[in-house]
Amino acid sequence: MPKKLYNEPSPLETRILSRRFGLENSESLATYVANDGFKAFRKAREMKPEQIIEEVKTSALRGRGGAGFPTGLKWSFVPRSSPKPKYIVVNADESEPGTCKDRLLMEYDPHQMIEGILIGGLAIDSHKGYIYIRGEYRYLIEHMDRAIAEAYAQGYLGKNILGTGFDFDLYTHSGAGAYECGEETALLDSIEGKRGIPRMKPPFPAVAGAWASPTLLNNVETFSAIPAIIRDGGAAFAALGTPKNGGTRLLCVSGHVNKPGVYEVPLGYPMMKFIEEIAGGIPGGKKLKAVVPGGSSCPILKADECDIPMDYDSLAKIGSMLGSGGMVVLDETTDMVKFALRIMRFYAHESCGWCIPCREGTTWLRKILQRFDDGGGRHEDVALLGELSKNMLGRTFCALGDAAAMPTISIVEKFADDFEKRLARDRQMVAV
Amino acid sequence: MTFSPRLEEKFAKMLTIYPEGRQRSAIVPMLIYAQDEVGSITPELIDEVARRCGVSSLQVDEVVGYYSMLHRKPMGKYHVQVCTNISCLLVGGMELYEQACKKLGIGHKQVTADGQISLEEVECMGACSWAPAVEINYDFHHHVTPEKLDQLIDGLRKAQ
Repeated sequence: MPKKLYNEPSPLETRILSRRFGLENSESLATYVANDGFKAFRKAREMKPEQIIEEVKTSALRGRGGAGFPTGLKWSFVPRSSPKPKYIVVNADESEPGTCKDRLLMEYDPHQMIEGILIGGLAIDSHKGYIYIRGEYRYLIEHMDRAIAEAYAQGYLGKNILGTGFDFDLYTHSGAGAYECGEETALLDSIEGKRGIPRMKPPFPAVAGAWASPTLLNNVETFSAIPAIIRDGGAAFAALGTPKNGGTRLLCVSGHVNKPGVYEVPLGYPMMKFIEEIAGGIPGGKKLKAVVPGGSSCPILKADECDIPMDYDSLAKIGSMLGSGGMVVLDETTDMVKFALRIMRFYAHESCGWCIPCREGTTWLRKILQRFDDGGGRHEDVALLGELSKNMLGRTFCALGDAAAMPTISIVEKFADDFEKRLARDRQMVAV
Repeated sequence: MTFSPRLEEKFAKMLTIYPEGRQRSAIVPMLIYAQDEVGSITPELIDEVARRCGVSSLQVDEVVGYYSMLHRKPMGKYHVQVCTNISCLLVGGMELYEQACKKLGIGHKQVTADGQISLEEVECMGACSWAPAVEINYDFHHHVTPEKLDQLIDGLRKAQ
């Protein structure tokens, strides 16, 4: 029986990474091999490492974890000739609010990711990899362990893979609850058995990552895109998207839509078409109020800003980000004070405490928002929230401080009316 | 301190997968798997993990304090985690959490008097497109309605 999918696929999708989702036993090695699996690995084995990296560069694939850094460029930073062992680390810490795609890539097609990792190994001369999976995804850790065991048993991992003379060992590593560990250097500290605190950069992980060795660190979806790129060519993948924004990506849509789900579309897909046609529009005929385009850390968009193509550069142009692909749709009834407060409760909880602007900033923002929501808001709070947030920007080791500040700045600027209405209501209550 | 044979086997392998001399890398996975068996992160467990990973107890202790899934006090046999982060918030996650508080008569990170069920308001668990979501121990429940939450909790009470 084909595995029941979490949501019905849409006929408007372009399914490249998710093309095996829904096939009978899609998670098995046999199904993977019968559907083009490991063709890319065999092809990559015949290529020079520089050619593999060049192909990834040509694909215009950009990191799917959130930052959107060009993947081929990241691969080229790993010093292949270093005498130190080189490691591959997969970021499967998926924790950005609104994001739930890596779950599906691991659950339905674990071998696609394994093949991507192996190709990464060929490219940077690495023979060992670790998949860092958030602790809440225990069933997926066990699922990946079974997939890895299956790959070992059939010669797709371990010594002399498929008779090519290439060796690679792959392991899972469980997290234990920490958003911050999705930040790559904090993840590396965590994998080394420490508190997940971000590191000073440079050196970047490509040069000194896990155990001070050169490390290639990418998101689950990024590695999962590699087999298609090598198999069909970087140019074919690039052509699916827009210039400098190659390929397709999995978007997770949630909130006020009729068909929430995870859907794969090309980069540059029109946002309103996505919301209205793929995600089924807003329930109850209500109006769109705002969209969080790619996870809670992205600056929020007002309804009239959403008529744009979804690629990294178009979102950057209007001051937001495509982020991790976690799109949250808000209808006209949404209380923006409560929404901003919930975002800040999250960041205050998850701040690792290493940098003072983040630790103190998120805590004070939470307190001010909480007071506002409790009916104790003051007119000057709106400006204070914005000012405090702006003072956090760029003043922390990692992006968590920015991630907390950016949505707050955009909410108080774009939805100041919501805050004013609350103040008016509070005054009325006092008068009564 | 020893664990079940299954866990002992897992831990023995775990210590071999990291580079030579880097065995402390096993601290976080070892703690979370051991917690499932022991019930909480006890001082004895900290000492044991420290011994196995070749570090001081203090080095393990400071790690414990960082990770939200590690608990120094025992949680219930069934740990009910209700997400109220943005995607769940928009479709009733907060109301579900309040319902769970009322039904169980406990609050955030508290345990019922019989020690069977505990409750936690959690951050995003990666179930956004199938919100609102609840995770009981390691089992995800998606599209949770007030009725479904009642049934889930009643089911846990019967299972005791």
